[in-house]
Amino acid sequence: MDFETELRSFILENYLFTDDDAQLKNDDSFLESGIIDSTGILEVITFIQDTKGIVVDDDEMIPENLDSVNNVLAYVAKKTG
Amino acid sequence: MCGIAGILNLTNGPVPGSAELENMIKLLAHRGPDNYGYYSDLSVGLAHARLSIIDLEGGHQPIHDNEKKIWVVFNGEIFNYIELRNDLIKDGVNFSTQSDTEVIVYLYKKYGLDFARYLNGQFAIALWDKVNKRLVLLRDRVGINPLFYYKDNNRYLFASEIKSIISCAINKPGLDSNALDQILTFWSPVTPYTLFKDVYEVRPGEMAVIENNNIKFHRYWEWSYPEDKADYLSGDERVIASELHDKLVDATKIRLRSDVPVAAYLSGGLDSSALVSLIHHHGNVPLRTFSLAFEDKNLDESRYQKQLIKHLNAKHSSIVCTSRDISDNFERTIWHTESTILRTAPTPMMLLSGLVHDNQYKVVLTGEGADEVFGGYDIFKEGKIRKFWSVNRESRFRPALLKRLYPYLDIADSNSRAYLEAFFGVGMDFPDVPYFAHLPRWQTTSKAKLFYSDDMKSMLKNDAIDVLSRSFNSSINKWDSFNRSQYIEARSLMSRYLLSSQGDRMLMSNSVEGRFPFLDHNVIDFANRLDPRLKMKVLNEKYILKKAVMRYLPDEIVNRYKQPYRAPDIPSFFHKYTPDYVHELLSESSIKDSNYFDPKKVAMLIRKIKAGKATGYKDNMSFMAILSTQMWHHIFIKNFSHYIS
Repeated sequence: MDFETELRSFILENYLFTDDDAQLKNDDSFLESGIIDSTGILEVITFIQDTKGIVVDDDEMIPENLDSVNNVLAYVAKKTG
Repeated sequence: MCGIAGILNLTNGPVPGSAELENMIKLLAHRGPDNYGYYSDLSVGLAHARLSIIDLEGGHQPIHDNEKKIWVVFNGEIFNYIELRNDLIKDGVNFSTQSDTEVIVYLYKKYGLDFARYLNGQFAIALWDKVNKRLVLLRDRVGINPLFYYKDNNRYLFASEIKSIISCAINKPGLDSNALDQILTFWSPVTPYTLFKDVYEVRPGEMAVIENNNIKFHRYWEWSYPEDKADYLSGDERVIASELHDKLVDATKIRLRSDVPVAAYLSGGLDSSALVSLIHHHGNVPLRTFSLAFEDKNLDESRYQKQLIKHLNAKHSSIVCTSRDISDNFERTIWHTESTILRTAPTPMMLLSGLVHDNQYKVVLTGEGADEVFGGYDIFKEGKIRKFWSVNRESRFRPALLKRLYPYLDIADSNSRAYLEAFFGVGMDFPDVPYFAHLPRWQTTSKAKLFYSDDMKSMLKNDAIDVLSRSFNSSINKWDSFNRSQYIEARSLMSRYLLSSQGDRMLMSNSVEGRFPFLDHNVIDFANRLDPRLKMKVLNEKYILKKAVMRYLPDEIVNRYKQPYRAPDIPSFFHKYTPDYVHELLSESSIKDSNYFDPKKVAMLIRKIKAGKATGYKDNMSFMAILSTQMWHHIFIKNFSHYIS
């Protein structure tokens, strides 16, 4: 399973409680749409770290890196690229 | 306390049947195990289940006047009955009993519907004026004692608990979907709604008067605050603290009036410690205290309880609550709450009242209400800081005050600001709405609505916040924002959840009466006239209350971090002794059958919980909402006849 699919499944199952792929667009803002709240973002960070084996630095914990599927994908690509 | 029930015929129908009244009142036996009493005529039937506390020999109900024109059944206490009785004797009244109930009868005879404002107490009253064919249903000012009613084609039914009403009036009880939606926003339905369709509560501070086939509502008291700063109580704060102290002493002493021994709950927090100290110093009764302790050390406050017990040399008992205790007693909890609950916190309170009962006590004083009356909750601080922040949204300094409340927040780090704003910034563009302080909590609670079934969503007609807003006092926008928050908290969470699901229902499940000195209306009316800055000085909560009672308390209690009362939620239902009902109620077939929630979503939540990934408030409250609603459905909708047999 590629990382995008894994990430989408993680968000769909754990925050939207659905397997309906249409419920999540890759550019949906997690914060604005209420999908993930301020504590939930810590779980997303843990997921990224566990799945990709990278450490998210304190100054990288910003919406530009973490607030949508596309933002996370871009951040991980930059970090691992 | 006691239980009351009754039937009013609106037409010339049959006399309210004694079998029906018996069935209704016997379902309230836990509220009044000492004896039953009945009255009926061509129009009305009244029933009473008695917990004997005052005038053990002579206080049997229903009680009537000497002409048998006024009949009363009553649940609660009139604490100032001695003073009222003496005044009525001066007027020439010849009392037949020593009870507080008889005072209600003659007070009504003297003042008519104005009688309510003379009562200092906690009460739910049904008064039948036979001559005028008028039934008066009345509750205390803040909603300590419950009273519900239901109207079918040709009669009204009323009772202390809803189970009595549905046992003889509603063939097919149903869930009020808008009330569930309100619970999943505010933790409780907006008054007068209940989770049962077409069953309503008599509003606190109000009386329902039914005559000539009409029901009319008269408000005799309301939470109210000064509209003008000039109307705040003025003077030296030491003088104000001293005045408050004296009012608290009076409120406590009057609540020790009883013909049976009285005890107190001690949590270890400021309010119960202050109360227990007031009893010790002014009560002239032996100090007997009861506490809850938790197996989970993060929730346990035993250290502070023991410290105060040692300080006051009280006779003390406590009960340790485990996760298994909660799951084992959850069904019984919902039988008594008759409502969805978003926390397990009521269940340990039921175990605690059981401990009181086992020790042969029928009455406890508790510190409930101090946080609402004197501004103790974090939500008030949060509202104050967020309002301060809303003046300059770009400020780095202003939101940093939130760190005083939530030390783990890394507010200095501007990078986490977006996440901070996502939670605490909700409603920042509208800082003047009355519920500004409550929006973050309501928004978090509402996340549980994600689990609604499609049918449930389609039945929702009214926005919960709109419904609540329409019930606000018309002057609310003229009050200080701090007072607005207090008002909303007192009328929603306190009245319908803390005093009900977590209060009366859990106390009465073991035939124990709770009494609440901080909710004495003289204390409330005094506190409501204080400058809000005396309630919360900068961010020092209950400042004036601390000033009033600190002479009695160790510094460590006065200055301790305020620990909210919590019990384990999800962990209480997933352990090696997990009861079968958890799996049954949450199974796909059960969820489909009740049709309130989406079975697929619920299955995913359970999977997340079993994987140990459900850690946040959102998952916790969603789980509790689903499980408790399913249990409610199982008891009251599917199997009620089995439960009452």
